Formats: sequence, C-alpha cells, structure tokens
Amino acid sequence: MTTGTQAWTEQTVEAAGVQLQMVTGGSGAPLLILHDEFGHHGQLRYHEALARDFSLYIPSHPGFGATERQEWVMNMRDLAGWYLEALDDLDLGPVNLMGFSLGGWLAAEMASMSPDLFQKLVLVAPAGIRPSTGEIFDLFLVVAEEFLTVGFHDPEAAPEYRQVCPEEPSAELAEAWAVAREEACRLSWRPYMHSLGLPHLVHRLKRVPTQIIWGQQDNIVPVSAGQVYHESIPGSRLDLFDSCGHRPELEKTDEFVALVREFLSS
Amino acid sequence: MFIGYFTERPYQDPKSGYFGATGKSIMDLNVSNEIYDAELGASLYNRYLDEKIYAEEMGFDGLMLNEHHSTPFCMGGAMNVEASILARITDRAKIVLLGNILPLWDDPLWLVEQLSMIDMISHGRLVSGWVRGTGRESVAHNIEPHYNWERFKEAHELIVKAWTTPGPFRWEGKHFHYRHVNPWVKPYQKPHPPIWLPGVVSRDSLIWAAEQRIPYIMLATEMEPTKQAFQIYHDTAAELGYESGPQNIGYLWKVHVDETEELAEQTGRKYVQGPSNPFLAGNEGTTNQALLHLPGLTSRRRVLPTTSVATAARGGSAGPGGVLSRPYEQQVEDYTIISGTPDTVIPKIRHVLETIRPGSIFFWDGDGAMTHDDAMRSLRLMGQEVLPAVREMAKELDLPGPFEVDPATGQPYVAETNSAQPAEVTADD
Repeated sequence: MTTGTQAWTEQTVEAAGVQLQMVTGGSGAPLLILHDEFGHHGQLRYHEALARDFSLYIPSHPGFGATERQEWVMNMRDLAGWYLEALDDLDLGPVNLMGFSLGGWLAAEMASMSPDLFQKLVLVAPAGIRPSTGEIFDLFLVVAEEFLTVGFHDPEAAPEYRQVCPEEPSAELAEAWAVAREEACRLSWRPYMHSLGLPHLVHRLKRVPTQIIWGQQDNIVPVSAGQVYHESIPGSRLDLFDSCGHRPELEKTDEFVALVREFLSS
Repeated sequence: MFIGYFTERPYQDPKSGYFGATGKSIMDLNVSNEIYDAELGASLYNRYLDEKIYAEEMGFDGLMLNEHHSTPFCMGGAMNVEASILARITDRAKIVLLGNILPLWDDPLWLVEQLSMIDMISHGRLVSGWVRGTGRESVAHNIEPHYNWERFKEAHELIVKAWTTPGPFRWEGKHFHYRHVNPWVKPYQKPHPPIWLPGVVSRDSLIWAAEQRIPYIMLATEMEPTKQAFQIYHDTAAELGYESGPQNIGYLWKVHVDETEELAEQTGRKYVQGPSNPFLAGNEGTTNQALLHLPGLTSRRRVLPTTSVATAARGGSAGPGGVLSRPYEQQVEDYTIISGTPDTVIPKIRHVLETIRPGSIFFWDGDGAMTHDDAMRSLRLMGQEVLPAVREMAKELDLPGPFEVDPATGQPYVAETNSAQPAEVTADD
C-alpha cells in the first residue's frame, strides 16, 4: 500500500537460510525498521517522510507476512540471534535500527548482543521490559481489532487508524493478522512480552546512541517501562509525547518524524 | 456396550446474579471468584460425588469426569482429586477421566504418579483419557497454546514410557526434561490403564487416535458431522491395515429421564439454564472470541466436520444478549438433547446408536440448573428401565464396547495386572 510519491520495492532476499520478505525504498543512510506484533502494516506517512533522508529496509520477520516461520526459534533471543546473521548476509551493518513494540524488543535484544553492528538505535514503545507500574496489555485475550484500537489514545483523530485497522478487514488481512498473532505468541507468551534479563543486557547499549520514544497514554506498554529502558541504557534519551498512545508514529506523525530525523542526523 | 454417566459439575448459585434470568454477563473468563460461596461449594462437591455413587448402584459401567479451569461451569479444576475419592468410595464402575489436559502440566511425571495411584487404589478401574484443553485452559495455567499439540504428544510418550519401561531413565525432549524417571508407583493394569481421547475439533488429534488405536469420544456434537468424523477414524484405520469398530468410538450427549413427559420437558430445559458450558449450544454464557482463536492452539486448516457445528454453537450466530444459537427445541429435534420418560427416551437412544454405532456412550445429565433431585430421579429410572433396554439393543445391533473387544487388537478384551506373580484369589473374593 503506497500512500505517497515514494517508490517502494517489495522482494524476497535470501538471508541466514531464510527467504526474507523485504520492502525497501528511499535514499540516504540505511535505516532498518523492525515491525510490531502484527507485521508490516504497509507503507504509511512516516515511512514516506523518513524515506526522503534514509534508505529504508523493512523486513517481515520469520513467521510474519510471507517470511517462513523458523520452528527452532522459541523465544525473542533466538530470533535476535538469527537476525544478526541475516544482517551479516545482507551486508547491512553498521546500520541505524528502529523497532516498534514487539519489534522494539527485538531491536533491543539484537543491539545488546552486537552493539558494533548498529550506528544508532530508535526504540518506539518497545515491549521486552516489565513495566515498574502497570501491566503490558494482553494481546491474546482480545481480538486483533481491539488490540489495535487500544493502541491509540484517540483512534478517530489518527488519520491512518482505519488504514491500519479497517472496519471490515479483508480475508487476506484477517489471515495475515492470525499468522502474525501466532508468531507473536511463540515469541512472547511466557513471560508475557518481556525478558527478565533484558534490563541488564541493554546496559551494553552505552556504546550505541539510543532514542526511546513513548506516548504518555500508552495503554499497551505502560510508559513506566520506558523509564526502565531509559535508566538501564546509559546515555539514552527518552522522548515522551502527550495525548499519545502506543503509536506515536501514527498519532503524532510529524513530530515523530522530526524527532527521529533530528536524532539520526545529529 | 460401555455406558457411562457424566455431569460437568456446575457451580450453581441462584443468589450470585450471574446465572439464570438476571441478565448479568457471564462472559467466559470474566466471572470473578469473589462470588464464591464456600458452603455452597462444599455441598456441591459432595452432591456430585453422591450422584456418582448412585450411578454405580444403578448399573452404569463408567463414572466420567472432566476438567476445566477458572470457570463456574465445571467445578472439577483438579479432576484427579475427585477420581481419587471415587477410587475408594466406589467398587465396580470404571473411573473414566476425559480427560487430563495433557499439554497443561510442566511436570507430566506427577500425572504418572497420580494416575498410577488412582489405578492402584481402585484395583485397576482407571480409564485415563487425555484432552488438549480449550483456550481457557491455556490461559488459566499459562501454557503456550502454540505448543499444545507438541506438548500433548511428548507428554503422552513420556507417560506411556514411564508406565511401561523399567526406570530409571533420562528424558531429554523438546518440552520436558528429566534426569531421573523412576516413579515408584506403577499402574495396577498392564501394560497401563486404557487411554481414550475425547474431542470435537482437531483432525490431527482424531487421526492420531486412530494411529494409536486409542478410542475417540465425540463430545455433544450433532449426529451427522459426528458420523462423518468417525468415518475419518475408520478410514485411517483401514489405511493402516486394521479394522476399527464400535469399540474404537464413543459418544457423549445429553440424556435425561423423568417420571412424566411434563416433568422431563421442564427439567430438560434446565440443561440450557444456569452456568452450563459457554462453549456449548443454547446456554446463557457468552464466549470470548479471542479465547476461541488462541494462536496456534489447533491448526486453523486441519479441522473436523464437527468444528463448524461447534463454531456455530460457540456464538457464531449469537443473537441479542449473547444467547447462543441452537436453542433447546432445536437440540431436542436433532437428538443432541433427549429428555422424556423411559418409553420415549429408549427409541430415541436407539436412533442415535443406529446412526453413529458407538461402542461407548455417556449420558450427560444433572447439568445446567438441574437439582440433586432431578439428577437422582433420572438415575433411578435409567437404572430401572433405560440401561437394561440399551444393553439389549447394543447386543442386537452388535455394538461391542472397549472392554468386550480390545480396541488395540480387535480381539476379545483380557484384563491383565502388573502383579509380579499371578493374582491369587483371596478368601474375601
């Protein structure tokens, strides 16, 4: 789905033994984007905007979209380990890395394992750390539409809400959600959406400039987890949006793009 | 013919405001246990055990238990506790567990010990069924739904090995790991208690049962899809080179017998009143769509003909107020509820037996809002009139049960025990 003038290429590339579905577009320094628990939602306004300054690489993780699930991957750390070899094979490092929600957790795991592979790290409302207050909203006790909607502070005010969560999802989209939820489940069921070791492991990111972005009204991953991330990563910056939920990139698109561009370009 | 008795042991609390006509939501998993009344709980547990004793007295071959978690419709959250008590307070009927939720326990070796003890204390009356559990169970005990089927198969292999292979041995699997498997208690029956598999939805499970020559029990499904699903079992058996028969298949459905047709109608309607299973047709509960589609719990593509019916019953066409499809009248019409006097019930049971040809049947009674008196009247009439008539019918229709023809061999069933020496006849016998 293309919303603007940017040309996008969708292809399958071989990486670490997997046929990896990958969307690419834009020009400039490479920026690897790791999607959330529902897979890649298609190219949205923030992709368009970032593509003016960066070459975007948007893979579908194994088990999401058209990329085949790897049965041996039993948790997020397994997936992060696989991804590092994929980056080797794609000759992508050192690269800027940005992850959303479940993809933010994945990004934090990958960068903690191999900080030298990454120039800068942007974590957008990442899962992965147990919030100090509140709980991570349970993806598996509600249907997809409810989870997606809860992710917005004010869904009707977000121009792309219905693009991400149509009133009547097509059979194709419903199937894609079902596939994505199953892989998300495999990565995050127990402990739910977090790893007890991660706050300690991310300390190694002291060598990687890290930007943490969160909505103050995040109903999916409470903003208190953002504080823990911030305190656990020496030198990191925490940017908070008011009147914003779990999806700053969709609810505060212009401000979000400006912040990220400023951070990555500095 | 093997005839069992079943009730789901609902937590019946007319004062709670959740059940009956008060209209309070009983969305699955959303009912808080803050309403739990200890006195009521204590009396209900004892009531259901008393009814099991009476069912044995009235001539039932099997006393069936099941297990669900975090829900008022089934109080048997630890079914093996009830089974242990039955092992001691009954003395003839089989204790049929349909079943332990195999994927749910991180320590299947503990199940090995519990089940062996029940088999010991009951002198070999245990039938040990396995189920995969619903989404509710995976959530309640927080077990990975996506590994449900893998954990089921690995736990089964481990348990059968622990029952049949002298220990100690080591188990290094994908989901279970043991450095020392050597449970001291062994099962009374040899090689181990019969394993049965009840189900509704998964094609994988049914085919697996046919491959293992394990009897498959359909739970309260409509007759035509049930027949189609059993045909898959029989076809699989034929492909594997053996002939399956009535001894390989069983059927559970709702049967209530009463003194007059009027009383039977009044009482039969109670099946769909009160905290009956929200997964089943016509009840007053509301299903949770997310639980029904827990990721990876069952393959979305490999389902049985009974699934579409189950799905419809599970709220696919829920009307206003969340009342589910297939009301009482329709279930009576399609024979999934039979309620009447012995004279009207017996020919209807015959129709079910002729259509499905099961070797095991289970009458599901005393459920929903039915009282102890309702259950006891029915049990008495079943014992006096229905069971003898059904046994005659089964002979005439040639429907041998799994303790007449061994489902594992197709040969006449022979009971064996794990005694080191041949069992001796004592003066007490």
